[in-house]
Amino acid sequence: MGTPPRILIAKPGLDGHDRGAKVVARALRDAGMEVIYTGLRQTPEMIVEAALQEDVDAVGLSILSGAHMTLVPRVLDGLREAGLSRVKVYVGGIVPEEDAQALRDAGVVEVFGPGASTRVIASTIQQQLTGA
Amino acid sequence: MGLVQDALAGDRRALARVISLVENGGPEGRAALAALHPHTGRAHVVGVTGGPGTGKSTLVNALAGVVRQRGITVGVLAVDPSSPFSGGALLGDRVRMRDLAGDAGVFIRSMATRGSLGGLAQATSDAVKVLDAAGFGLILVETVGAGQSELAIAGAAHTVVVVEAPGLGDEVQALKAGLLEIADILVVNKADLPGAAQAARALGMAADRGGAAGEAGKGGWRTPVLLTAALDGAGVPEVADAVVAHGEHLRARGMWAAHERERARAEFVDHLQRESFARLMAKVGQERVEGWVTRSATREVDAHTAARTVLSLGLACGEADVEREHSSSEGSDYF
Repeated sequence: MGTPPRILIAKPGLDGHDRGAKVVARALRDAGMEVIYTGLRQTPEMIVEAALQEDVDAVGLSILSGAHMTLVPRVLDGLREAGLSRVKVYVGGIVPEEDAQALRDAGVVEVFGPGASTRVIASTIQQQLTGA
Repeated sequence: MGLVQDALAGDRRALARVISLVENGGPEGRAALAALHPHTGRAHVVGVTGGPGTGKSTLVNALAGVVRQRGITVGVLAVDPSSPFSGGALLGDRVRMRDLAGDAGVFIRSMATRGSLGGLAQATSDAVKVLDAAGFGLILVETVGAGQSELAIAGAAHTVVVVEAPGLGDEVQALKAGLLEIADILVVNKADLPGAAQAARALGMAADRGGAAGEAGKGGWRTPVLLTAALDGAGVPEVADAVVAHGEHLRARGMWAAHERERARAEFVDHLQRESFARLMAKVGQERVEGWVTRSATREVDAHTAARTVLSLGLACGEADVEREHSSSEGSDYF
């Protein structure tokens, strides 16, 4: 068995709802990943720094506040500036389709909406991180 | 090796990469450790252990904050368990350490146990070395939520802080062998909750009674029992003082060097065991090993005899020796 993929799950911004992030974190754990969970109200700078220290393969951002168009690009830029452009970024939350497309264009690998099943999320990320 | 040089020069991304290499245990990781080894031995390594939910992460957060105010850099290794089923892990200690974010004098790394028992990951001691070589003055190692016998931290740290919380057991719990005995500093956290003073008293008495044998092994060090409310920082400077005092005690008694030597011995023996086991398996071959497993499972030979025979197989050179060893061991050990 190889090394488990490492993924940081973070909630940037000010909304206080982390149920979804926790459910996804649990599903990723059950899929065999090492999930670093950082909790609520993270700034983009904190997320980038944590991703760097933890040497993760991916970052998952949970955003329910509607601030995704501000917060996600700041995380993407921060990762790039820190020399971490190889880190894959996923977004989960309530994101309208045109925004989702814009985020993908900006470098986000996948955007998961409210209807996405944890099984699909976990298997998609697993596949993209391990190629298996 | 560029990565190692970069890590030594203070490049945090390189440092993070080197920890991963070391954690993954491949040849690159071993090469990195060999290159870093001469730079190690300067940090004070402090273990923080205790039951789940006693407030280890919160105390680490507060303790690191106090130590940073005193101008000392801090590396944190926070260990959480891997699932025995999926191999995955939820590493949640950073949730309690957000106060340390944005400080370039702090480096926090979460580690999964990856199947290792004893409260630490196999590579925790090696990751400590990486942080040590990178120049962090204090390294805090937070174990998994420990029961009574997750004691690996005692061999990995200079100073062990055991964290308890009120209401987790009566006086008899405090008398049991194991976790409390390895404590150099006992902390009753959540001191704002009822029962804290009582818990501290019970622990104090237990620590005193463990005295005779315990203190002799600790060179006369009397384990202090300290009350903290780590969430608001109360009592935490006193814990930092006790950590410093214990470090000075170890150095004054020559126990720091003795401890380093014991640790070197434990690591050497551990590596020798694993390396010789791997080579033995390679030499004897999977198929033959499985054959002996089958013989043991079908009650043809006992496991101990099978193991000794396979070892002899590996140490011997040719097939002939193998067969002779097998028949001679049947003659001597069976009856």
